[in-house]
Amino acid sequence: MHSWILTLITFIPLVGAVIIMFIPRDRTGGIKWTAVGVSVIPLVLATILWFAYDSSGVQFPKGAQFMVDVPWITQIGVRYMIGVDGVSMPMVWLTTLLVTLSLIYSLIIELRPKEYFFLFLVLETGMLGTFVALDFFLFYVFWELTLVPMYFLIGIWGGPRREYAAIKFFLYTLVGSVAMLLAILAMYFNTSPHTFNMMEMARAGMDARLGGVGAALVFWGLFLGFAIKVPVWPFHTWLPDAHVEAPTAGSVILAGVLLKMGTYGFLRVLLPILPRTSERFWFYMAMLALISIIYGALVAMAQKDLKKLIAYSSVNHMGYVILGIAAAASVTGANLADRAMALNGAMMQMFNHGVITGALFLLVGVIYERTHTRDLDSFGGLGARIPVFAGLFSMACFASLGLPGLSGFIGEFFVFRGAFGANILITALATIGIVVTAAYLLWTIQRVLLGPTNPKLEKLPDADAREVWSLAPLMALMLLFGVWPAPILKILNTASVEIARFFVG
Amino acid sequence: MISLAWLIPVIPLIAFAVIIFNGPKLRGKAAYVAIAAISASFLISVGVAAEWFFVWHAEEAAAFYIDWAPAGLDVIKMGITIDSLTIVMLFVVTIVSAMVQVYSVGYMHGDERYPRFFAYLSLFTSAMLWLVVANTLLLMFVSWELVGLTSYLLIGFWFQKPEAMRAAKKAFLVTRVGDIGFFLGLLTLYLNTGTMELTGVFAKAHEMAQEPVTVGGVGAIFSVILGIFAYGMAGAILKGARRLPSAIAAGVVVFGLAWLLLPHSPVHLTLASVAALLIFWGAVGKSAQFPLHVWLPDAMQGPTPVSALIHAATMVAAGVYLVARMYPIFHADPTALTVVAYVGAFTAVFAATMGIVMNDIKQVLAYSTISQLGYMMMGLGVGGYTAGMFHLMTHAYFKANLFLGSGSVIHGTGTQDIREMGGLAKKMPYTFWTFVIATAALAGLPFTAGFFSKDEILLTAYHWEHGKIIFYAGVIGAFLTAFYMTRLVVLTFFGRPRDPKVHAHESWKVMTIPLMVLAALSIVSGYVGAPWKNLFAHYVSIEALGIHGAHGEHHFSIAVAAMGTLAALLGIGLASIIWWRPVLNIQSLAPALGWVHTLVSNKYYMDDIYNIIVIRPLMFTTQAMFAFDRWLIDYVIVNGAGWVTMKLADIWGVFDRYVVDGLVNLVGALTKLGGRTLKFVQTGVVQQYTLILVVCVILIGWYFVVR
Repeated sequence: MHSWILTLITFIPLVGAVIIMFIPRDRTGGIKWTAVGVSVIPLVLATILWFAYDSSGVQFPKGAQFMVDVPWITQIGVRYMIGVDGVSMPMVWLTTLLVTLSLIYSLIIELRPKEYFFLFLVLETGMLGTFVALDFFLFYVFWELTLVPMYFLIGIWGGPRREYAAIKFFLYTLVGSVAMLLAILAMYFNTSPHTFNMMEMARAGMDARLGGVGAALVFWGLFLGFAIKVPVWPFHTWLPDAHVEAPTAGSVILAGVLLKMGTYGFLRVLLPILPRTSERFWFYMAMLALISIIYGALVAMAQKDLKKLIAYSSVNHMGYVILGIAAAASVTGANLADRAMALNGAMMQMFNHGVITGALFLLVGVIYERTHTRDLDSFGGLGARIPVFAGLFSMACFASLGLPGLSGFIGEFFVFRGAFGANILITALATIGIVVTAAYLLWTIQRVLLGPTNPKLEKLPDADAREVWSLAPLMALMLLFGVWPAPILKILNTASVEIARFFVG
Repeated sequence: MISLAWLIPVIPLIAFAVIIFNGPKLRGKAAYVAIAAISASFLISVGVAAEWFFVWHAEEAAAFYIDWAPAGLDVIKMGITIDSLTIVMLFVVTIVSAMVQVYSVGYMHGDERYPRFFAYLSLFTSAMLWLVVANTLLLMFVSWELVGLTSYLLIGFWFQKPEAMRAAKKAFLVTRVGDIGFFLGLLTLYLNTGTMELTGVFAKAHEMAQEPVTVGGVGAIFSVILGIFAYGMAGAILKGARRLPSAIAAGVVVFGLAWLLLPHSPVHLTLASVAALLIFWGAVGKSAQFPLHVWLPDAMQGPTPVSALIHAATMVAAGVYLVARMYPIFHADPTALTVVAYVGAFTAVFAATMGIVMNDIKQVLAYSTISQLGYMMMGLGVGGYTAGMFHLMTHAYFKANLFLGSGSVIHGTGTQDIREMGGLAKKMPYTFWTFVIATAALAGLPFTAGFFSKDEILLTAYHWEHGKIIFYAGVIGAFLTAFYMTRLVVLTFFGRPRDPKVHAHESWKVMTIPLMVLAALSIVSGYVGAPWKNLFAHYVSIEALGIHGAHGEHHFSIAVAAMGTLAALLGIGLASIIWWRPVLNIQSLAPALGWVHTLVSNKYYMDDIYNIIVIRPLMFTTQAMFAFDRWLIDYVIVNGAGWVTMKLADIWGVFDRYVVDGLVNLVGALTKLGGRTLKFVQTGVVQQYTLILVVCVILIGWYFVVR
């Protein structure tokens, strides 16, 4: 019995992209609204999916919900196999939401709108496919599919150094992908019968099949592929360039979804398929996470460009996700609850970072369009001029610095709780990141919103309806999951427990 | 009514939401929404308290839980508790908050963001009320941080003033350094007890007190800290070229001395004391104890009602409340309590000395607040659970009164500098009298509320089993307090106006009535804990926490009370003969005390020290890290890899062009050459072809024959 809802969610954007190809170039309004309209369909379907999803139901690797499993390339055993569990379902929903909001925000695009919206919808299919694929071949195809549209989005609609940034993004990620491909093939040839089925791999005990050295090589190959995407220090330098040059909506998707594909890889592939090897290297992962957290925060503090600051803050925040993942795989005597909480925290942080950083990039876009600058020293006193923007911006900043009551805190709390059970020293050191994060975000608020109003910005108009509507859902999510995270934690928790079982007893 | 207790914090939260979304529409009516909400909370608090006393007979805590979030195979609960501690805090918070909000109607009148102010006050009140009703560590931490947020928003309420925005940031960051301690303490308790519910945590307190934790290198760490501190101190005081080498020398010398003098054996703690100390670190931040006190004086940049509510009566007392709430953990292993006692006592005296030299009316009160919070901590530290909480309550009323009074003075004169005031007693009679009553309470004069609570702290300190030093610190604190408060009152209200530009006038009734209410409470509230019938001690007692066998109540001692009162009277007398009836000329002492005065009025250079040892190194590190990131990681390694790849591509290009392509071309060239050569054969003359044919046949034939 197949359930086609995931297929619809994944491919409707692609269908929309094809439709856009047939709309005449000069009917820009038609193109834009078609794109927005098409992107709403997967959002609605994903919302239905959220409610239809059984949070106590079957989880990867035992199975998946809403599965479709049909042969695709029979000669090499590739199957069209998709489904969701607690790890992927929130990501699917987040992707559809962020794409719709980004497209609403992008209604102002003037330059070559047809190509822009076409590429955006293709990108959406790639991202959704990555999250629902349960066959490694399919996963890899979707993974690579996201690269091309993003390359063009940065390279055509980007800032002054767009070409450099786009090529850097493309090549850097491609290096990781190649390493990942080799690792996938190595695993494929070590299964019998040969299969790309992720769930079978997770059940087959790949660690033992690959042997010590083989498993280590495969682990680090996959690690490189995912870590570049996250990005984990020291593979992060493509991120600030890509973010600064990307158009606003591109940055939102980049930070909100593409980075999550990296950590999703950790959760979907590394931990369940190579649990023993993950255990072997957990300490290195934790150290890299710790460096990402502190280093990202410190470097963010040195920034003068608002967008770059938020880009580096992503390094800092994604570090918490990796810390949670590493803690879940730790060899210390942490029990099931510790590990599950670490994973809950990691996944919560993934979701929240998408929401919060997405909102922050939209807000940077709002202010950039009005002032044509992102230099932090050129603002000042906007709080009195544009109160609606100021309110939204402060709220997003406070959510980002992990203020309790807003969603950022929940992720951090569970990550720290889980990691505390794994290694107290690393966790205690990581709290330095919390303080520095608070410092640079408060300093940002101060430089943008507070103080005497910069006379050049006296006549600035406040956020308009389009901007407020593309931000309001994100703000609501920050508040909702900050106060009442049970609806999402319920979904994450069963998946976490399932992954955590690989590491206890 | 108890089942409605959750409404107490929720109602102000609703008021916040209503005002924040309808601010422009409400304008002046915003205040009514906020005041109605806090009044409702107050009334429910009264009802809850009544039911708890008369129906529950004040025997056990009433607790309610809900499931909040799944965590592994377990569920995290959130909930609220009503017990004696909660009820005390509910009254303090709702009464002071209500008074401050009424007062603000007058004080903030005409402010551009008037509704916003009341929205923030409501949010603060709600968060503070959540904190006092919370019965899980997580909910406590959440509301703890939210009061910090509202404190940030309200200190920076006039955010166009650069000092205000900087003060707000400083307050948030310094307290957050403390909050990390609370957070780690929470994690320690959660990890080791498996729960965040207070009752569950306390049940394991004894077990945790048995579990040893050995901490090595404490002596070394302290030596380093002291060395860095000395470096900062020298760096802050010295000017000119000598500065850096001398500062380094000072740092090295102090480090060396500390290294020699401090014991280097590992310190044996228990799990309970580690958790308690971490939590206390959070309290140090929020309650502005040394060394994290530096944010509170700056926080006076906020509107004065905010200073009264948040930075005097309630939020800063939250640290004291936290220690009291977690008392079973503190009590399980007395190490942490000893630290609390010493930190509190040191802060009480240390801050009081700075109160003497300040010239800004709010600054004096700010240092007084720090000092009094130290007093409360000291009380808790020496085992006076009741005494510390009692002082928290009385202090909330009289210090709120003092701050609102100072606001009235600022409102009436337009200045905060006490050197420009003088002679206000006649012009502002209501403000004057209420201020004097509150001052008497703060100085601890008999029959005021402050007397009873201060006496109880001194009494407990006197009976402390580890010596009398804390007690003497308390007496010195009492003396200093009376001294600087007398100076403040004399310079502000007595004598003749010193600045002709200042035209003082009494404030509106809406401002003076709250003053009168609080002045009344500054006296009356003490009598619930009067030595002859101590109701307060009966309910807010260490036995109510389930701790038995501890030293119970100490009986009222005339000697202790006399010493405290004498110290206060001495302070009042000395200050009077210096500033009121100048028998003693302070100027004549100046040469002898010059450097002390410089040191104290520069706040012991604490801000400069932090600047030198924390802020500048941090800023340098961020820049260095960024340079590292940009040049080494990105430029050298990443772009370097790109460059190498491109160079390799060039080399391959050359190879390709000359070797691979060269071979291809060679084939082509050879073909061409062949063609060119052979074209001479192709003449079109048939005879020639026949000749070639014949020659070939002969050659082939010859080949076969010869073989």
